[in-house]
Formats: sequence, structure tokens, C-alpha cells
Amino acid sequence: MTAVLAAESLRFTWPGADAPCIDIDRLEVQAGEAVFLHGPSGCGKSTLLSLLAGVLVANSGRVMLLGHDWATLSGAARDRTRVAHVGYIFQQFNLLPYLSVIDNVLLPCRFSGRRRDQASRHGTPRAQAEQLLAQMGLDAALWQRPAMKLSVGQQQRVAAARALIGQPELVIADEPTSALDEDRREAFLDVLLSACRTHRSALVFVSHDQRIASRFSRHVLLPAINRAARTGDSAGSARAPAP
Amino acid sequence: MSALFSIAWRSAWNRRFTLALTVLSIALSTFLLLGVERIRSQLRDNFSSSVSGTDLIVGARTGSTQLLLYSVFRIGSATNNIAWKSVQALEANPGVDWVVPLSLGDSHRGFSVLATTQAYFTRFRYGNRQALALREGKPFAELFDAVVGAEVADRLGYHVGQKITLAHGSGELNVAEHTDKPFTIVGVLARTGTPVDRTVHIGLAAMEAIHLDWFSGAPMPGVHIPAEQVRKFDLTPKNVTAALVGLKNRAAVFRVQRWVSTYTDEALMAILPGVALDELWNVIGVGENALLAMSGLVALVSLAGLVSVVMAGLNERRRELSVLRAVGASLRHVLALLAIEGGLVTLIGVLFGSVLAVLGIAVLSPWLQAQFGLALTLGLPTPNEWLLLASLLAAGFVASLLPGLRAYRLSLADGLSPRI
Repeated sequence: MTAVLAAESLRFTWPGADAPCIDIDRLEVQAGEAVFLHGPSGCGKSTLLSLLAGVLVANSGRVMLLGHDWATLSGAARDRTRVAHVGYIFQQFNLLPYLSVIDNVLLPCRFSGRRRDQASRHGTPRAQAEQLLAQMGLDAALWQRPAMKLSVGQQQRVAAARALIGQPELVIADEPTSALDEDRREAFLDVLLSACRTHRSALVFVSHDQRIASRFSRHVLLPAINRAARTGDSAGSARAPAP
Repeated sequence: MSALFSIAWRSAWNRRFTLALTVLSIALSTFLLLGVERIRSQLRDNFSSSVSGTDLIVGARTGSTQLLLYSVFRIGSATNNIAWKSVQALEANPGVDWVVPLSLGDSHRGFSVLATTQAYFTRFRYGNRQALALREGKPFAELFDAVVGAEVADRLGYHVGQKITLAHGSGELNVAEHTDKPFTIVGVLARTGTPVDRTVHIGLAAMEAIHLDWFSGAPMPGVHIPAEQVRKFDLTPKNVTAALVGLKNRAAVFRVQRWVSTYTDEALMAILPGVALDELWNVIGVGENALLAMSGLVALVSLAGLVSVVMAGLNERRRELSVLRAVGASLRHVLALLAIEGGLVTLIGVLFGSVLAVLGIAVLSPWLQAQFGLALTLGLPTPNEWLLLASLLAAGFVASLLPGLRAYRLSLADGLSPRI
């Protein structure tokens, strides 16, 4: 079977940096797989995620999402492809504070016809959103509340529901538990992992927190595959100055 | 796109207080610009409507602007008078339809006194060839009758039947008063928005009568002619200050003008009021440009305010924009979102400001009329005002795009995770 995500001979250097930040021979994620991508800060995790999600495009080599090479797509086409196939969870501040919880979950369906159609298999997108929120352990009383009224832990679960609506083939989570305490972290992982299993979404979970590694079937230590990080100088993690 | 509209609306509602300030600042600058523009254009209208329907103004030879200033605006004084003989010769000219002689020099509590004939009330025209109208009483008929302008009546609380005395010369503080020969107000003119409102009108014979026992600007010592005896004297004026002339055929205007300037008995000149008004406006029009420049600056400052308000809110919006990007909004969506908001904020501000301007004119125009004699009229926007509104809208939209472009670049560089 084809991999959901496949990177080959991937090299990326931030504009203005001397050394590459990413230099990876091969990285594949299969359908339904839950990958724990870890490593110390500065080893290029965020940059790799941007490359995998098609926000950044590699200088050489390629990243294929479901057989589409990001580099061959225009900016607008990458935006469309990303929302159709990828759910994304940030470290924090995932939600639009002025929308209700359920409207936040429904956001990808507003921008992507594919996500909307897939979500409609559960009746309506709203029905799936409610089902996902319930699965995340969020009480129905919270669904119509503005997102800013929720605690950080609740917000992260709403973000997970949003990433999963419309069954994207891939969910990318960028340190989503770093703002949570231990109990909340475990609870969050429980619901995220089981929801990804139910919806057969592959999960790339990035963290530097080794304590949660045991929850994942596959571990990838980024410095082990990223030659740029192994050379071990700070240039590898240098980021472009903000414009 | 409808998804974007509803998000733009919810997002804007979330920041409604900041946005309300922006709308207010745009509204205020619209208000100021429209107000200044209205005042400017009406000032010019008021000015050029001071006299109309008169083909020529004749006076002693001087500058055309000076002749216009004292004969129409009652500003300054004539260096020379014209002899009554010359006025009669002018009336006899075959091209001339009517002549209204004007005699100036006296005043009443700061308002000019104009001695003229009854023909003044039928011949004088202002604005769009409007005739003078009396709001009270009738034109002067008896020797010591006076007709006052609307502002004289309003400011001094005059009504028909009241008695007033005139002062020799102009100015508020006159020691030399014609107290022995009081006038009776027989008429009050309706408001015209021209210097007529600030004038006391009497007959030429009355002007002659109050100066019978005067010589060279002072009462003759030892001579006193009481009011009841003046009728025994010849009250035909010896000279007047200027004369308004109407022609039988306007095409003859240059022929009559030439006749006046080549008149041999004394040095005279005739001016075309429209041409002289334009010349004068060119001189005082500098003030008009200053007004315009000021309102331009006002608009610029408030647009700068708009940009800075949006810029300041941008960091706060960086997260919002990257969340939108993560759920599938493209960069084009982000730009559209910011442009929609900027456009709507500007539109609402400009509309609000226009309403304010209309209300402001409605409320302030009686006061401006009374205080400065400036008649502001409500009305549909003039082409100039439409142009102003359109450029405000365009400038506001462009100004709101600046932060939009910055946000777009930030969002491009942030990728999906904002670095804050």
C-alpha cells in the first residue's frame, strides 16, 4: 500500500542560513500509523512539520502526500490539498476565540468540500462534529460556548476534534500536550489516539517529552534521521528572521 | 466566500471597540472634510452672489477691485465721488436702461448706511437674479424713512416704527451723530446672505438733508438747521459714491463701458461685476486653498490613525490568521478577510461622517448665518463632495490594505505556527 506521507532525500535550508536545517534520506508514514517524532529542541522538528504539511517546500528532494508532490503544486493548490487531507493541532491557541466550540470544529468543512463531504457520511458535518466532541469527552453543554471560555485542556481537545472532522488521512500534532499537566496530558492522548484509530487517520505527533513515547507504536528520533541535526551546531535550527 | 464573510463579521464583532474607534476617526475626518468643503464652496457662492443683474458699476476712476469693495461689500471708502451731473448724463445714454445711484459714508452702530433711490428695491438683484424682498413694512417714501437689512434688524432687535439716529463716518464709536435728525424704520428686508443684510438704507435726499449744516466732515459751528426746516432746501444730491447700471441690451456693455471711461467732465470708470468679483476672489482665494489644504491634512492624519490602529491589532490577529490558515484558509482568503474588513470599516465611517456632516450643517447653519452671515444650505453632495467621498473611501481602503499586506507577509513567513 502507498504511504500517506513519504519524504525522500529531503534537504531544506532557511534563507540566509549557512547550513541546512533538514537533511533526511527517507521518512514514510503508513495509513493509520501513529508516529512519535521526538528530539531535543532545535533539531528541526517545526521545520520538518512545515515541510510535511506543504507550508514550506524543500530545496531538493521531495515530500509526497498521498502521491502528490508538494513541490509540483502551486501555493493555492497546496492550501487546498492540505485542508483536504491534513488536520493540524498546535501547541496552543488553536481556536478562534470568537467562534463557538462547534463552529471551531466545523471550520475545515467551511474551507474544504472534501472534508465537508466526508463529514456528511455521518449525517451532517454538524453531527460528526458533535460525535467527535462527545468522543473527546467534552460535555454537550460546552458546545455552544465561545471557545475562549474553555480551559486550555478543553481547547486542545476541541482542536483535536477539529483536526479529525471529515476524516483527513493525516493528523499532524505539534507538541499539543506541552501546555497540559500530567493528568490532562494522559486524557488528551487517550482520546486523540483512539479517535485517530477509529477514523483510520495516520498521526504524526511531535514532542520532546519522552514520558509519552510509550503510547505510540512507532518512534522516530529526529536527530537520528536528520543528518543536519547530527552535525550538531545551532545553524541547523536557525530560523529565518521575521520579515 | 460566505464562510469568509461570516468569520470576518464574527472576528470584527470580537474587536468591536477598537474598530468602533477606527470608524469614529474616519467619520470625524469625513465630517471635517465635508464641512470644510461645504463652507468653502458656499463661501464662494455667497461671495459671487453678492450682486447680479447689474451690468456695470460706475464710480470715480480707481482700481476695479476697490470700486467693487466699497460699492458692493461696503469695505473701505471711495477716494472720489462722482458728480450728480455725471449720473444724469449716464441716465441719458441711449444704451442705459436704469441707474441706481449709491451714496455711502455714514454708519449706524457699525452697520453701513447706504443712500439710494427707490429704484434700488426693484432693480438690485443678488444670488440667481433674486430681487430684494421686505419681510416687514415697505420701502422708504418719506424723507426720514429707513429700511434696514435683516442682520441689522436681528442683531439690534429693530422693528418697523422704531427711531434710529445715524452717525457720521464709519465705525462703532462715533462722536459725530446726526442726533437732531432721527430716522423711522419703515421696512425690514428679508435675509439675502449678502452685504445688503448689514446695511441701513435711506433716500438720497435724506443723506443730503442730514449733511446740510455740515461741512468737511464736521457740523458747521453756529449753524443749525432743524429737521422740520430741511424741506425748504434743495435736497438734490451734489454727488454720489457709485452707481449700479442696467443696460437695455447686454451686448452693448463694452460700448457703454468705453463711453464711461472716455467721459470728459470727470474721470470715471465702469466695471463688469462678474469679472471684478472673479478678480477679487483670486486675491482672497488663497484662504480657500488654505482651508482645502487643512482638510486634506485632517484626512491624512485620520487615515494614518486608521493604519496604526489596524497595525497595532495585528500581532493579536497573527494567531487568528494562522489558525485560519491551518483549517484551510489560503493566503488569498486571509488577504480578502483583511480587505473586506478595511473596506467595510471605511465605508461605515464615511457614511457615518456624511450623516454627521448633514446634521452638523442643519444644526449649525442658523448660527453661522447669524454670526458670520454665511448661508449654508443642505443639499445633495456636489460633484466636488462626491469626489471627496470617493477619495476618502479609496484612501481608507488602501490604508487598510497596508496592514493587510503586512499580515499576509507575516502569515506567509509564519507558515502554520506563529512565532510569538
